[in-house]
Amino acid sequence: MGGEMSFTLQKDKRGVVVVAVDGQLIVGNRQELKQKVLDALEGGARKFVIDFTKTGYIDSSGLGVLVSLSKKIREQGGDLRLAGLNEDLQTLFELTKLDTLFSIAQTPAEALAAF
Amino acid sequence: MITPLHLDVRQSAAGGETDFELSLAVPSDLEYVGPAVELIAARFRTGILSPRRVRFNLRTALAEALANAIAYGNRHDPGRQVRVWVEASREAVRIHVTDDGDGFDPEGVPNPTLPAYLEREEGRGLFVLRSLVDDVDFNQKGNSICLTLRAG
Repeated sequence: MGGEMSFTLQKDKRGVVVVAVDGQLIVGNRQELKQKVLDALEGGARKFVIDFTKTGYIDSSGLGVLVSLSKKIREQGGDLRLAGLNEDLQTLFELTKLDTLFSIAQTPAEALAAF
Repeated sequence: MITPLHLDVRQSAAGGETDFELSLAVPSDLEYVGPAVELIAARFRTGILSPRRVRFNLRTALAEALANAIAYGNRHDPGRQVRVWVEASREAVRIHVTDDGDGFDPEGVPNPTLPAYLEREEGRGLFVLRSLVDDVDFNQKGNSICLTLRAG
C-alpha cells in the first residue's frame, strides 16, 4: 500500500545523526520520525541531518514535526539541518517560508561538511 | 491494520476519456490518508494535469484536505467517514472532500508564514492547500471543501 515508509538513522564517526526519509513524511507516520529523533537526542546526539533524497512528498504535518524537532534540538544546544530536497519539496519549504527557518543543503554530504 | 479502500469510477456518458467521476469513502483514521491519496492520484497518471501537478499539487493538497477532514471535522470518530467525490473533465479536476463535522470558518485561520506563527507545529494545512490548487471553495457550513485544479 502507498502508506508504507521508513526512517533510517545512521551516526557518522563525529556523532552526526543522518535520518533518511524513505517514501513520505506525512500525518500518518510523523510521530515515528519524531520519536526516533527524540530518542537519539535523549541518547546524547545533538547534530542531525534529515535526508530527503528518497522522499516522495511531505505534508504540512510533516513540516510541523520538523519545526518542532528543530526547536527541541536547538533548546539542547544542537542543530537540525535538511538535505536532498527535490524541486517539489523545495517549493513547499519556500511557500511556507520554512526555508528561512532551516539550513538546507543540496546533499547530505554538504550538510555534514557544514557541521 | 487498515482495510483496502474501494474507489468507485464512473465514466461520463457524454464525455471522452477525460470525463469521469470518482467516489471514495475514507474511514476517520489518519492511516488512510496516504493510501487514499495514492488511489486517486493513480487515476490522473495520464490526462489533463501535468505529471508534476499530479505528483505534487494534487497529492499534497488532497492529503491536507483529508487530514483536516479526519482530524478536525470527524475528530477521528471511527463511526464517521470522509467522502471524496472527484469530477474530472477536459477543463478541470474538482475534488470535493466532505466530513460529518460541524464545519469551521476558513477565514479565521491565521497566516502560518507570519513571524508569530512560523515556529508553530500546527496550522499550515489550509495555507499549503490554497497555495497548491487553482481554487478552494467551502460550502456554507464549512464541512465540505472543493479543490479545483485546472488543465495544465
